[in-house]
Formats: sequence, C-alpha cells, structure tokens
Amino acid sequence: MNQQKATLLLADGTIFKGTLIGSPGTNGGEICFNTGMTGYQEIYTDPSYTGQIVVTTTSHIGNYGVIDAEVESAAPTIAGIVVNSFSQTFSRLDANGSLQDYLVKHGITGIADIDTRKLVRHLRSKGAMNAVISSEYEDDLAGLKVQLNLVPDMNGLELSSEVCTKEPFYFGDEHASIKVACLDFGIKLNILRNLADRGVYCKVFPAKTTFEELQAWNPDGFFLSNGPGDPAVMEYAVHTTKQILESGKPVFGICLGHQILAEACGISTYKMHHGHRGLNHPIKNVLTGKSEITSQNHGFVVNREEVEKSDVVEMTHVHLNDHTVAGIRVKGKPAFSVQYHPESSPGPHDSRYLFDDFVSFMHKN
Amino acid sequence: MPKDSSIKHVLLIGSGPIVIGQACEFDYSGSQASRSLREEGIKVTLINSNPATIMTDPVTADNVYLLPLEKKSIVKILQEHPDIDAVLPTMGGQTALNLAIDCEKGGVWKKFGVRMIGVDIDAIDTAENREKFKALMEKIGVGVCKGDTATSFLQGKEIAQEIGFPLIIRASYTLGGAGGAFVEKAEDFEKLLSAGLQASPVHEVLIEQSILGWKEYELEVMRDNIGNMIVICSIENFDPMGVHTGDSITVAPAMTLPDTVYQRMRNYAITMMNSIGNFAGGCNVQFAVSPDNSEIIGIEINPRVSRSSALASKATGYPIAKVAAKLAIGYNLDELTNSITGTTSAFFEPAIDYVIVKIPRWNFDKFKGSDRRLGLSMKAVGEVMGIGRNFQEALQKACQSLEIKRNGLGADGKELRNQEELLYSLANPSWNRLFHVYDAFKLGISFRTIQDITKIDKWFLKQIEELIQIENEIEKYKIDTIPAELMDKAKKRGYADRQIAHLLNCLESEVFNKRYHEMGIKRVYKLVDTCAAEFEAQTPYYYSTFGEENESTTSKKKKVVVLGSGPNRVGQGIEFDYSCVHGVLAAKECGYETIMINCNPETVSTDPDISDKLYFEPVFWEHIYEIILQEKPEGVIVQLGGQTALKLAEKLDKYGIKIIGTSYEALDLAEDRGRFSTLLKENEVPYPEFGTIHNTDEALELCKTIGFPLLVRPSYVLGGQGMKIVINEKELEEHVVNVLRDIPNNEILLDHFLEGAIEAEADAICDGENVHIIGIMQHIEPAGIHSGDSYAVLPPYNLGDYVMRQIETYTKKIALALRTVGLINIQFAIKNDKVYVIEANPRASRTVPFICKAYQEPYVNYATKVMLGEKKVTDFEFNPVKKGYAIKEPVFSFHKFPNVNKELGPEMKSTGEAIYFIEDLMDDYFLKIYAERNLYLSR
Repeated sequence: MNQQKATLLLADGTIFKGTLIGSPGTNGGEICFNTGMTGYQEIYTDPSYTGQIVVTTTSHIGNYGVIDAEVESAAPTIAGIVVNSFSQTFSRLDANGSLQDYLVKHGITGIADIDTRKLVRHLRSKGAMNAVISSEYEDDLAGLKVQLNLVPDMNGLELSSEVCTKEPFYFGDEHASIKVACLDFGIKLNILRNLADRGVYCKVFPAKTTFEELQAWNPDGFFLSNGPGDPAVMEYAVHTTKQILESGKPVFGICLGHQILAEACGISTYKMHHGHRGLNHPIKNVLTGKSEITSQNHGFVVNREEVEKSDVVEMTHVHLNDHTVAGIRVKGKPAFSVQYHPESSPGPHDSRYLFDDFVSFMHKN
Repeated sequence: MPKDSSIKHVLLIGSGPIVIGQACEFDYSGSQASRSLREEGIKVTLINSNPATIMTDPVTADNVYLLPLEKKSIVKILQEHPDIDAVLPTMGGQTALNLAIDCEKGGVWKKFGVRMIGVDIDAIDTAENREKFKALMEKIGVGVCKGDTATSFLQGKEIAQEIGFPLIIRASYTLGGAGGAFVEKAEDFEKLLSAGLQASPVHEVLIEQSILGWKEYELEVMRDNIGNMIVICSIENFDPMGVHTGDSITVAPAMTLPDTVYQRMRNYAITMMNSIGNFAGGCNVQFAVSPDNSEIIGIEINPRVSRSSALASKATGYPIAKVAAKLAIGYNLDELTNSITGTTSAFFEPAIDYVIVKIPRWNFDKFKGSDRRLGLSMKAVGEVMGIGRNFQEALQKACQSLEIKRNGLGADGKELRNQEELLYSLANPSWNRLFHVYDAFKLGISFRTIQDITKIDKWFLKQIEELIQIENEIEKYKIDTIPAELMDKAKKRGYADRQIAHLLNCLESEVFNKRYHEMGIKRVYKLVDTCAAEFEAQTPYYYSTFGEENESTTSKKKKVVVLGSGPNRVGQGIEFDYSCVHGVLAAKECGYETIMINCNPETVSTDPDISDKLYFEPVFWEHIYEIILQEKPEGVIVQLGGQTALKLAEKLDKYGIKIIGTSYEALDLAEDRGRFSTLLKENEVPYPEFGTIHNTDEALELCKTIGFPLLVRPSYVLGGQGMKIVINEKELEEHVVNVLRDIPNNEILLDHFLEGAIEAEADAICDGENVHIIGIMQHIEPAGIHSGDSYAVLPPYNLGDYVMRQIETYTKKIALALRTVGLINIQFAIKNDKVYVIEANPRASRTVPFICKAYQEPYVNYATKVMLGEKKVTDFEFNPVKKGYAIKEPVFSFHKFPNVNKELGPEMKSTGEAIYFIEDLMDDYFLKIYAERNLYLSR
C-alpha cells in the first residue's frame, strides 16, 4: 500500500501533496477542472485538452477501467490528471485493462488523494493558471518551480497544427451520398462517428490545409473541428474559413471550430476566467425556445457584444448560467457553429440534432 | 412559458399516515411545494390526515384540512373554497394520486371547475398499468422483461408456462410492491399468484421473466411543459435486482457506469417520459442493466415525486419538489434560478463531488414471525444517508447513522463467524447482508464466492474488501505507535474513533485525543452545492470529511444545536421531526443561529431551508462533538429528537456541554426507575408496585412480593422494545432470558400490571416554576397496549372530575419535582378511580404534534422558548380550540408481513397515525372502535 508520492504546484505557489498515479515523472500544463461524473477516458483522450492538466471533480476515477472503443483520439495528449480517489481495481466485463496501466502506457502523470474540492474552489476564484505535477521533486521546491516555468502560457498558444492528423484520412462509407471535408484542429472521433452514422463520408485534413486542397476533393460541406489552444492566433484557419464561407457550401463548426467561424466573420474571442468544462451545461436554443444539457470544454469564448452588433452573424444559442454565446449562424448562409460539444462523448445526447441540421443543409444544397 | 396566472388557489393532497412504503418524504415534498407555491402568491389549501406533519401546519399552508383522504373530504373542501382552481396530486405519493384519480372518475374536479396540474391521468395510468407500460416501451424501443398481465388465475398459469421459471409476479396499483413475489420453482407459483391477484385492488398481476442479479439504477428526472428535461441524480443500487429499491442500499452518483451506458439509459429515460404524456414535474425512472452492460431494461416510471426524489434532493442539494411545484404552475425550467447558487439556471444537471450512501432501516424485531428476507415488497420503515468524499467514508457514515448498536461497518467485534450462516445470509438478503458481506471477507470466504452468490458489483465488493486490509494494517499498532498517515487514512475511509479504538484495543477518547489534539486530524466541512464547487453556493448545507479546507465559517452569533431523531422506525417517527423543525423555527425567532444535525434524508428537518445551518451527519457522538467544537453553541437541544437525541445527553453533560432545557440529571432520574419511584413517593404520587432485577434469579424472587400479572420492561428502550406482560413464573423466566440476550447487562423492571385499567397520558410545558398542561388524552384500549398503538381521545371521553384532578395534580407535581424546563409527557393507569403514574418522559412526546394540531396552538414553539429561557409559561396566552373530540388513530403496516398476526401488546408496532375529529361521543366511528377495544390485545 506504500504508494509513491506526488506534488502538484500551481503558478501562484499553492502546493498539494498526494499520491502518484499513472507514470512517474514531471509534467506541466494549464490546470482546469471538469465537473462531469462519467466518461473519464473520453475526457483524457479529447485532443482539446492538449497541454492541460485536468482535474476531475467527481469523487472516484478509474472504477470501470478502460476500453479501446471509448477513445476520442488515438492517445491521450493531456498534460496530467488530478483526481480525488483513484481506483486501482475496476469493474467492467468488457474492459481492456485498468486506467492505471493505460496512463502508464501513455506516459501520463497524475496525482490522487488531494483535496480536489479545495483546488477547484481555488481555481474558481483565482482563474485558470499553469501548474506542474511531479513525482520527482518531492523535497526540491526550487527544482519544481523551474519545471513550472517551462510551461508555456495558453494565451496566444497555437496547438492545433501539433495535435491534428499529419496526413488526410477517410472516415465512413465511401459510397455515402454526402462528402464532408473536416478541418482537423484536434478532432474528436465521436464527431466523425456522428457524421458517418448520418450517411456522411468524411475526409479529415490537417489543420493547415489550404482551401484549394479541401475544395479539390469537391465536398458537399465543410466541418471545422474542436481543438486546443487560442483561436486568436490561428490566422491560417481563419483565412481558410473565410474562403470556405465564400464558397456558399454548408459549414458546421464545433468549439474551436465555432470560434474560428466567428473570427472569420469578424467577431473576436477572449479567454474566460476559468472556462466551461463539464457535462451539465445549460444551453437555450433561442430559435426554438427549447433548452438542452450540453457537454462543454472550452477556455475561450466569442464576444457576445460583437455578435449582437454584427450584420454578418446572429446568436442561435446562449449559455443559461453566464449568458455567453453558445452558438451562432451566418446570416443568409448555411453556416453555423456551437461552442459546445453536440457529439458529447462524454455527455448528454440532447444536441445531436445539430448534426441532422448540418446534413439536411447539404441535402438541400 | 411563464407562470400561468389563472392559477390562484391550489389544493395540495398529502400522503396520509406513515406506512411502510410511504413515509415522511412526502411531508418534505409537500411542505416544500406549498412554500414554493405561496412564494408565487398562490393560495394553498392542504389536506392530510396525518397530524404529525409540518405540511399540515398553519406555517405551511393557508387552509389546512386534517381529514381522511377520501372523495367526501375533497368535496367538502371544494364546497367551502369554491375559488380553488387547481389540484396538485403529485406531492403525496401513491395515496394522493389514487385519490385524485378517484375524484376524476367521480367527476369531482369537473364539477367544481378544478384542473389537475403537474400530471395527467393518462400518464399515471400508463405508468401504473403494467400492460400499457409494457406495450408502450415496446413501441418506443425500450427493452422490457418478457411477460404478460393476468387478471385470472388460469391466465396467470398460462403465462408462466410460456416464459418459464424463475419469474416475477407484480401486483398492479399497490404500494411499495405489495403482493409482489419471486417464484423460483413451479411448485410455489400457484400460492403466490393468488396472493398477488388478491393484493391488487383491481386483481391484476404482471408475470415477468426474472432479471435477478442484474445491476439496478434509478434516474431522478425533471420535465417541464415544453419538454425540457434534466437528470437530477443517478442512483445505483448496491443490492442488484431482486431487492426492492426501497430495501436496497443505494449509492449516488452511479459508481460503475461508463458514460456510454449511462447516456443510453438517460436517453431511454427521456424517451419514456416524453411518451407517457405531457406532464411537468419530477419523475423517477428505474432500469436494470445486464452485468455486461449490453442490455438495458426499463423497469418502471413514476411521474411524481417519490422517496427517491427526496433522496435525490438531499443527495444533490437540488430542491426537486420546490421546482416541480413551479413547473406545475406553468414555469419552464430555463426560467427558474438554481436556488442553491442563486445565480445560475435551474435548468442544469447537478454535478456532485462526493458520494452518498443510503441504507434502509428495518424493524423486523417488531413483527415477530415475519419473513425477514428482502424481496419485491418493501419492508424497511426508514432510511439514513451518509455523505463522504469517497464511497467507503459514505458507507461508514451511513452505518454509523443506523442506530443498530454498531459503530460503523465492522471493527466492533460483532462479526458473524459461522460460515454456513454467512453463506445463507449472502444468498437470502435481509437487513444485515451488508454486514455479512464484510464478515464473509473477514472470515476468508473467497471474493469469487461472495460475488457469485450476491451478484453485487465487483467494484463495491472490492471497496469492502479493502476496508479489511486497512484494519489489518491498523491492528499492527498500538495507540502510542500508530502513524499519523495511517490514522488519517482510516479517518478518510470513515472509521469512527470507536472502531479504531477497537482495533488498537484502547478507549475511544484516547483515539480522539491522539488524532484531534496530537495529530491535528480534524473534520472539515464541505458544502452540498449542486455544482461540485464550480459556483459559489448560498445554501448552508454541510457534511463532514477529512481534507485540507474547511468551508464552514463560524459566526459570532449566539447559536443553538438541535439534535434530530435519525432514521424513522417504529416508536420514533415523523412526530419527532415535527418537533425538531418547530424547535429550530422557535430558536430562530429568539434570535439564535440554528444548527440542525440529522441523517434522515426523508425529513423536513434536513431541508436546508429550515435551519440556518444544516449538518447532514450521523447523530453519533463523535460527529456531534466535532460540530460543537467547531461551532461553540450556547447549548444543545436534546428533548425534541426522541431517544436518539436524548441518549446523547449523558455524554454531552459529561463533556460540559450545556443541555438546553431540562437537565441531564432530570432526564436520567426519569429513566432510572428506582430513583424516580422515590421521587414519586416523596411527592405522594401513587405508582404500581415494582422492582428492578438483573437476572432470572432476582426476577423469580421479586415476583413473589409484587404478584402477577407482571409487566417486564428493559430500561432505556424505544417504543416499549422488549416489553411484555407475563402471568406466571415460567413466562417470566423465559422473557427475562430473552431480554438479557438481546440487551445484555440491562436493568429490567418488573411492574405489577394493573389489569383492566384505563390508560391516559398528559403532555405539559414547564419552566421550572409554572406548569401548563397542554392536553390529556384517554386511551380507548385497556392498559397493556403500548400508548403508540392505542386509539386515544383528546380530551378524555369518560374520566370523572376526581380522576382528572388527580391527573392534573400529579402532572404538575412531577414536572416541578423533575425541574422540567420544556416538555414533559406522563403516562397514567386508572383503576377504581385511583390514578397511578406509569412513567414520565421529560421530552417532546409522540402526542405533542397531535395536540398542537387538534388545539391549533404551537406548543413546541412555546416549549422551545421556555427551554431557551426566553419566555416563562405564564408569558403565553393559551387559547386552545376545543370543539368535540380528536381521535388519534394508530396505523399499522401489517399488510407487509403476511405471516404476522395483528397482535398488540406493550411493545409498539404501529408505523404512523391519523387524526379524526368527531363532534360527540355518539359518532359511529368512535362507537365502532370503542366496541372493538379488546380485539387485538395480546400478552
């Protein structure tokens, strides 16, 4: 039972001491918290968390092990995990192994047995900040601080071109009637599954693919994916998206893709205090009047005031807690996007209709 | 849609007396709903026959009708209040729904222009009618068990032949699963089939494929008029399919579900709710999941608030009934604010960062000869909830809340070590299976065997197995050598100091001193905030754990702690919660910051809106003591929370903590029969001859001087536990042996039993100098039946002036002699016009709420102000409404135990009570019960 110890150091000097989980080592990133109570494997493999340390607020993690079928990308790219109580043993008949082994295999370092609620309350009041988890600097705070200082600032950080696919790949049935070109900024697999399930054949392109290359495949529509990093420094993607919009073909954006679409329409984005991450975010569709519970994971958001003043876009969805923009559409064009994750893996399936909307736009075209 | 402004006056239907399957959760939901409606400027008229409820208080509703829950009463109310325009039937359990349907069928609502809100009849019908439900599920693609409905014996046999065994019988339209059964073998089938057909009021049963051993889940969902839906809480049953969910240990959030499976279940719940009808409010949906997660079956849907929704409210902090009431009057979820945060939307799904474990509380000891095995029909009388930062801590805290003389799960030397008995218990779950799972691990029975037999999910079993490993580690040390890290670990896993003391072979106080003072391992308090700390919360609802940060800040105001009454059980029910709530409200009026400590999720006292601070904690010494150390209150009120609170008085007194009101010394004096009799003698108050004994030899000696019949009763027990009337030496010896086996080292009293005497009781408020008798009640049955089980009449119906004067004089004498400050209840036996005192209880009794309701005066409020020293008895103007008579009608749950005869004696067996007003003694109802007064008396 004598487990190795680990330390979590925050940029403001706050320290937590706990037990090591996953792979021994030292790793830093921007620390954020997710309030979801299910779906840890999907969260850990979501490329949008690249470069981030994820605190899960739920009391137990690891209970049902890991399973190959429930990943959102080939491997986790998170910078570390923080949990309250970590289960070494798991219960699931069809699991492929324990979360512990999975973390070790992918070199993810984490810390458990700390007062995560205290940490979350701290982040809630102090805002997002960098942090480092280590099993190596237990008595060497100075050394750990050096490691912490190596972590880059998320503001102004471009990560999509790092995490996206290096070569284009296909997803779905090649005989499908509809073809969608997906611009991969860190795409979650469940987006592709949802499109494929609706009779869409997807070709996934690296983030920096030019419009001409996308257009050369002659798609029926374009998809702008989710992903990590600051949208304000992704001029290449904004440029491509402007050209896509000019094509007049249907466009659908999710999360980072939504922010890129907004930027392409002249709307700016900014970094939130501590973001929205969880599976319980209330969104109202202002067009239908119906509300939906959504899965969210974002630290940046589009400027509401600019959306309201804009002649180009209009707000379609609003976050009911803080009234930030949760969805927009481009006036007069079959282009729309949402800040949240309708593919929701993990999370409620309330917003899957957005994929239907996208597909029906393409059918109409 | 915003509020429907055409609704101006709502009729709210309560759930009636407490019975197994329908307990005080509906007082919680009903009173919350009423407050929620009145907040909107809507008038509320309430009907409930249960006087011991907060919902029937003038503080809760505009008009309260304490009438039987029947059509006649509804018509009377509607005639008196023609402006009632809507009825909300979803807050009072199955009883309220059934009454609403009855009125609908009888055209009552239509006649008076009242519309039903929060539900539609079709939805209820679909949910309750097994056949319709099944057909609908098949239509919308939700899995259901193979099976069919039978309305005749022959039909039932045909269905069984088709689906084979094992199978399940479920009776339609019954409470808490009554009439349901598992049938493993064909030879048991016919008997159980006819029992099921009889139990159903419409003589209809569903016969289904058995899914025994599957994982069982519940989702608490809310829906508004436009179909917005949210899941408030996912609840996983520790006990797999086969044990009624009310009898199952349950855990929230679900612990072993991957997101993919959980979302499938959530989708089904949404589809099911949308398909059964257009209704707005809370809803409970139950599922079974095959152990490999591949198959999900919809078990049932209840479109109303329920026991589970009360649990879900307490588990998450989300006030389901309050919001459901708002939805019923037209609001949509997205138009409401989450009252916990005060800033965010009520349309969201609570995220919790702790674990809750609910454990039911059973009372099989009260139903001799009952089948103690758990199954389809609910048998628990109450429940407790433990909150912790991990499953083990929550589990231990729940076990510490049960008041079954255990200090938690294990580590108390009370393990069962008989392999055969353990294996039987694992396969035939009863109240103690959880403890036996632990014992089985401890004895070395293999993980595989335990899992094969119980089918309990591996993850839960591992958690229990791990506890034994921790204990083994602790046992290597002594109190002087245990490392702080290990102590911290044990505390984080929920171990009580007493359990650790057992493992280290030392005293509880030594463990406390070591960890608290030397090691600094102290409890911290965290908020139940619906949002896992994402937002700041406004509601002061706390639980303890061991961690770094304490979120409970202590104010400088003068404070008072009110100790709650723990889980409901026979002898200690909702009456005590009623008193606690009024104690809190009265102390608030006096300018105190009020702190409530209780662990019963069904109650109003654990509604965080009631007290200034709620600590949802076991009413268990160390938890209370640490709260007191943190809060430093002026004192603690123990006389409102029944025996649970009262029995902590000694320790509080020992630790120099002030007991508000009657002192510990007086409380103890009243319990100590020897000293109490001396006091009676000194005051020239007669009492039946008696003596105390400690073994059978003393008993056989003493009986010679007192003479038979004798009433045998152990000290310090609840609801007359172990009490019996014996008529000869053989019976006496037998019973003394039984008592000493169940309650070792107890002092036993032998009273001469006054055969054929009339019983009466008086409740009074005393400030130490002045006494005011609030009510005297005369029992209808002769002496020998526990006061809780007797019909009783307020005021007495045939006691003469001379007797009444004796009762009044003795009540005053005793109250003053005990230096009572607060409430006191005194029981009398009257024979040949001479009044004898049987016992005195210087605390709020079971009858106080009844008298408050009958006389329409807030006696608990007054008594609390007296206790706090804010008022004297003479400061109040007493103006009781005395009109006719009020009859207290005991309500039993014997129907849950088909093998048990309704036999009444000195040990209490009723689970609830109703109030019935009569104008005079020629009333038919009175004459009937008076004529039957000797019917059920046993010895």
